Amino acid sequence: MSLFLVQMLNGLQFGLILFLIAAGLTLVFGVMDFINLAHGVQYMVGAYLAAMFTALTGNFLFGLLLALPTALAFGLLLEVLVFRKLYDRDHLDQVLATFGVIITLNEAVKILWGAAPLSVPVPDILSGSIPLIGGLRYPVYRIAIIIAGLAVGLLLYLLVNRTKVGMLVRAGASNAPMVSALGVNIRLLFTFVFGFGAMLAGFAGAMVTPILSVEPGMGDNVLILAFVVIVIGGIGSVRGAFLAALLIGVVDTLGRFMAPMLLRAILDPSTASQTGRAIAPMLIYVLMAVTLCIRPAGLFPAKR
Amino acid sequence: MTDAARPVQQSAPADAPPNLRRLVMPIIVFAGLAIAPWLAQFGTESFLLSLLTRVMVLGLAALSLDLLIGYAGLVSFGHAAFIGIGAYSVGILASHGINGIGLQVVAALAVSAIFAAITGAISLRTRGVYFIMITLAFGQMLFFLATSLAAYGGDDGMNLPSRSLFFGFDPLDNDRMLYYTAFATLGVVYLACRMLVASRFGRVLRGARQNPVRMQAIGFSPYRYQLVLYVIAGMIAALAGVLLANTSEFVSPATMSWQRSGDLIFMVVLGGMGSLHGAIAGAIVFLLAEEVLAGFTEHWHIIFGPLLILCVLYIRGGITPLIERTRR
Repeated sequence: MSLFLVQMLNGLQFGLILFLIAAGLTLVFGVMDFINLAHGVQYMVGAYLAAMFTALTGNFLFGLLLALPTALAFGLLLEVLVFRKLYDRDHLDQVLATFGVIITLNEAVKILWGAAPLSVPVPDILSGSIPLIGGLRYPVYRIAIIIAGLAVGLLLYLLVNRTKVGMLVRAGASNAPMVSALGVNIRLLFTFVFGFGAMLAGFAGAMVTPILSVEPGMGDNVLILAFVVIVIGGIGSVRGAFLAALLIGVVDTLGRFMAPMLLRAILDPSTASQTGRAIAPMLIYVLMAVTLCIRPAGLFPAKR
Repeated sequence: MTDAARPVQQSAPADAPPNLRRLVMPIIVFAGLAIAPWLAQFGTESFLLSLLTRVMVLGLAALSLDLLIGYAGLVSFGHAAFIGIGAYSVGILASHGINGIGLQVVAALAVSAIFAAITGAISLRTRGVYFIMITLAFGQMLFFLATSLAAYGGDDGMNLPSRSLFFGFDPLDNDRMLYYTAFATLGVVYLACRMLVASRFGRVLRGARQNPVRMQAIGFSPYRYQLVLYVIAGMIAALAGVLLANTSEFVSPATMSWQRSGDLIFMVVLGGMGSLHGAIAGAIVFLLAEEVLAGFTEHWHIIFGPLLILCVLYIRGGITPLIERTRR
């Protein structure tokens, strides 16, 4: 039972990381109708920057604080250099050009830092673990990720729902031409949203450096998951992204944990663990297919 | 059927001169591929032959994707999954001692048709970016399924015990025979697709792409046509997968990674959408560029990525229309 609790916490933590990435993606998509495959790269860049600055300053917190503005600046640079030229193009061109950005940056990272994975030690203050029920312990750092993720989620909620900029963003997500016609500089608004999203993804990348290895291409799989999240949640909806991210995080983590166990009831142990391992990664895609089948615009569509 | 086809026949003579001009590019592409083995003997033959065979095989897959993107406006981001089905049909059957190409092809076509019918029936309910994402999701599902097939190599993939056999003989062991098998397959499929897109079926699809509401109003259900096209495109890609497995004598999940699907889309766009031979030309340029750049530096992606971005930003419509325009 307590093992189940640990897996639930892991799922929650994973879901919150996914949310940080998906939030920017869904807003960028909602406001500008722009598919940015290179969003996963922002996550990778955030991780590398955090690893680099942590190594330079010898302190994870300083590393994190330096990584965030750098990730933001990098995101804005990409926006000016490449993405700005793509807003008027169709989705196909956007997919391809940002695909090119992924290829380029994955390789650039390989050249700068080598192909071998980097690792960042868990900061002293957050190392160790706390006891859960049943004698099991849970790492403090993962708790810290959960708290940070929830805090950023709350901040984002307030920003989107309680401020003027947030109002414009929401209006932009439901009808961008109308907002533009009312005299709002939608390009400037978008640059703001884009930079903010890039920083959130960078933050997610920086936060996971102590628990995951930092390697080229680490953003690619996360990117696909973030797309699953925003498609299930409804494109343009931060609330949808939040709920879908937690759903995906928990389903994926629990699926990997439970599928072999449940199958053991009907199959012999080795077949069960093998089939379980085969089924588990597919679960979230099944979930996405079913969602799209029943509600083609996602669970909480921003556009009506 | 004949009633609907009549306007097509009437308009054909008026199009004759541009049609002739449109024949030039495909003839150049296929003639070039036909004489390539003869030229290859002046270089490192086995390397060039295997490279060009791979070019044609991926050209075949890109061609099938062009049917979806170029003629029906369906941007599938999971097309590599079908290549994977074809490759794994060869790999799995061969590892159980079934080496006959006939059975392998039948298995590949059957499995890909079933997979395409099921996933297509679901995916085609969605539009635009949702279609891109859901096809990506189905591709990823198959990818993860392949990585977990521990009995068939899992993540690492598996080597084929031998290339496929024709009634117990092994003509495909000869690289040139394999080359011309791929060439013939590509040629036959190309002609069949040309006929397909020129037929009433193809016109319905193009009409549905331009204005689905109007197509429905005049009594067509685009959904059914698109589903049939999706199945056809999937089966062609699976055929490419069978050939790809024979070319590399190796099958791995990497064959159906989402990056590979991205490569295929790029080939189609690079070559020029909706011309079929453009997709083949795109595959040729793409893979040769990859090969040339990889010869310069191991970090060739750092050149290739920006090239890709520049192509999208500045070569609108692809290279084939560009060449055809400058020639005029």
